[in-house]
Amino acid sequence: MIQRALTLCLAMAMAATGAGFASAQSQGPLRIEITEGVIEPLPFAVPQFEAETAGSAEMAAQISRVVAADLSGTGLFRELPATAFISTVGSFGAPVQYADWKAINAQALITGAVNVQGNTLNVKFRLYDVFAGSELGSGLQFSGTVDGWRRMAHKVSDAVYSRITGEGGYFDSRVVFVSETGPKDARQKRLAIMDYDGAGVQYLTDSRSIVLAPRFSPSGDRVLYTSYESGFPRIYLLDVGSVQRRALDSQDGTMSFAPRFAPNGQTVVYSISQGGNTDIFAMDVNSQQAVRLTSAPSIETAPSYSPDGTQIVFESDRSGSQQLYVMPASGGEARRISFGEGRYGTPVWSPRGDLIAFTKQNNGRFHIGVMRTDGSEERLLTASFLDEGPTWAPNGRVIMFTRETQGAGGQSALYSVDISGRNLRPVPTPDGASDPSWSPLQK
Amino acid sequence: MTMTVTRSVLFLVAGLALAACTNPNRFGPGDDALAGTAGAGAGAGAFAPGSASDPRSVAYFQQAVGDRVLFPVDQSNLTPEGRATLDNQAAWLMQNADFTAIIEGHADEQGTREYNIALGERRANSAREYLVSKGVSGARLRTISYGKERPIEVCSVEACYAKNRRAVTVLAGGLSS
Repeated sequence: MIQRALTLCLAMAMAATGAGFASAQSQGPLRIEITEGVIEPLPFAVPQFEAETAGSAEMAAQISRVVAADLSGTGLFRELPATAFISTVGSFGAPVQYADWKAINAQALITGAVNVQGNTLNVKFRLYDVFAGSELGSGLQFSGTVDGWRRMAHKVSDAVYSRITGEGGYFDSRVVFVSETGPKDARQKRLAIMDYDGAGVQYLTDSRSIVLAPRFSPSGDRVLYTSYESGFPRIYLLDVGSVQRRALDSQDGTMSFAPRFAPNGQTVVYSISQGGNTDIFAMDVNSQQAVRLTSAPSIETAPSYSPDGTQIVFESDRSGSQQLYVMPASGGEARRISFGEGRYGTPVWSPRGDLIAFTKQNNGRFHIGVMRTDGSEERLLTASFLDEGPTWAPNGRVIMFTRETQGAGGQSALYSVDISGRNLRPVPTPDGASDPSWSPLQK
Repeated sequence: MTMTVTRSVLFLVAGLALAACTNPNRFGPGDDALAGTAGAGAGAGAFAPGSASDPRSVAYFQQAVGDRVLFPVDQSNLTPEGRATLDNQAAWLMQNADFTAIIEGHADEQGTREYNIALGERRANSAREYLVSKGVSGARLRTISYGKERPIEVCSVEACYAKNRRAVTVLAGGLSS
């Protein structure tokens, strides 16, 4: 019942914003609309998880709060405050007084229990469909270490989200980004990594040289990025666990940048600039053999593979202005897919394969947008002085990007928005932040 | 004696050139601090060696010759003013054959990060090709792009953007001692 209600909500929201996934492909004039469709978020209750062992009460409280924050943060759910509760939840698995939850209009009820033994943490949860008067799915238990408690909270949230929406979750994921401090004309940049919600920031490089645009490997264990540490922009490969890094081969007198992994995790596609021309190349990270994929006198950069690895979307100004093109992964003839007003850049293929996210510049404003992979059904999701660099959540439903404010005091920050243009919200970071790359769901 | 003085001036210039390479303020317009410190310790000749009045100095190159050319929005074509500045740079580089240079290309903030790196490289290359066409050996000139990462002006209006869309010729010590 919950699922039906929510699916209906989502379908309505998507129809309202033109985000439906019907297979009809529109040709002819581009229709662009920015819509802030409003749906009624689904009310849920998360009574504080039961502490099964002495001393686990605080952890139980924290885990309950993270689950509630994950779900509320999607904009699809609304948490009912504990002060509204009529019923208290007894021990985990005790019968639920559905009438008491129905009375406060809680459509979903999430109960849980936390058990700490030494450094081992067990978290159990159950999800109830209050109006149907039954459990939705069966109870699940996650085990891990005490210091990994946030991840276990996110796993609970992912399971709840998936059961209710029928979509994959995205909460147990991380974001690698560029942390920024200092004034605009002497900005200090270093790589940082954090949970998707901004928790647990760790720094991966120092800020002695400019670092740009980190990108996760498909398994989330490595990061490609561009650094000026040699004096010239070069691509580096960093192991997230050991924080060891190495430069990929590059030819003296050239600049390499804009790297991104292929879905096989072995091939890197990137740009090389030399003699006033920028083209796209692919390199095997082990053999370091580079293959040229484009050879035009124009700027070809920002390549991104389709999730099946057969195609690459990239930007080029070969037409006279920055536009999006798709070519076979082995190079060859490219077809232009962006035809609206303005300039298009930084295309990123959705992990679901259905959409391409991009940055659009038009009339002095920047937008994050999405279009189908043939360029149809373009929709702009955001607008500001400077929005750029979209990255997809693992489920292909949410996009994170950089927003920079204007003027001498301009600062960069991370924002997320869902693909219907709803639920725009800042992602908290300790300092300025740019160039996010969202990891896959952690294993 | 003359020989010694010349050498000390050359060393000083070399030091300045290296300073220009590593000076974090080099993205700023004409560096007066650099010119100001240059004379100290040398004290020979009619001008303070290394100062802007020393025609062989980095400061002179920056201020009197002109170390940068500016570009229109999203363009890498040289303007007439830009060509005039590069004519002066070429003449200076031909006369001061012991210098090499890195030409740094930059973009304003109105553009995506990676495109701006490519655009900055185009601008740096335009300046380099022009200098080469005027007789400067290509082996003395490298290019690099900083895209929009190193603006010198921080406002978000055209007056600032115009100064940020630039290619700056940064001298480096090329002394073969």
